[in-house]
Amino acid sequence: MERIRALLLAALAPVTLEIEDDSRKHAGHAGAAGGAGHFNVLVVSPLFSGKGLLARHRMVYDALSHMMHGEIHALSIRALTPDEFHTHL
Amino acid sequence: MDVMERIKQQVESNPIVIFMKGTPQMPQCGFSSRAAQALKAAGAEFAHVNVLEDPEIFQNLPRYANWPTFPQVYIKGELIGGCDITLELYQSGELQKMVAAVKQA
Repeated sequence: MERIRALLLAALAPVTLEIEDDSRKHAGHAGAAGGAGHFNVLVVSPLFSGKGLLARHRMVYDALSHMMHGEIHALSIRALTPDEFHTHL
Repeated sequence: MDVMERIKQQVESNPIVIFMKGTPQMPQCGFSSRAAQALKAAGAEFAHVNVLEDPEIFQNLPRYANWPTFPQVYIKGELIGGCDITLELYQSGELQKMVAAVKQA
C-alpha cells in the first residue's frame, strides 16, 4: 500500500489521496488466491482537468503499471479534479 | 485466427459487448457482475465474452486497448471503461444515452 501511495504521489501530484486495502472482503474468491490485493483509490489531482474518465483511469493504471500484473489484482478508481472533489462533498 | 483479430471481430460485430469473468447470469467476479448489471439497468442488449473460458483473450485483451483489468465494456467499437467508469456513466445517466443511441442506429 505504501508503494501504491508513493507511485501515485510521484506520477499524479494529487492534492488528496486515499487508498483502502479491500482485500479481505474478497478473500476466498478465485482471483484472491494468489495473494494479490484489491484496492480502492481516490485520487484528486489537477492533472485530471479536461480529461475524460478513460484517460484519467489510464493515468492511474500507468502510474501503477509495474504492480498491475503482480501485487494488484483489482483496483477500484475514483479520479477527480479538485473542483469536482469539492462539489462531491 | 489471430487473437487480436478475434477480439477486434467481437468488438466490431457487437454494438455493445462486455468482456467479463463469468457470464451475466453467472458472474465470477464482483466487478464483472456490477458492470453487467449496470448495462442491463441501462436497458442495453449486449453480447458478452467470458474471458475465463478463453485464456487467449484473457491474456491479450489488456494489450488490445491498453487497459489492464476486467471487465471491459465496448460500445460501437470503443472501449468505454471498466466497472468503475461503467457505473459512473450509469449513475450520471450517460450510459442510458449511449445505449439509446446504439438502439437508434
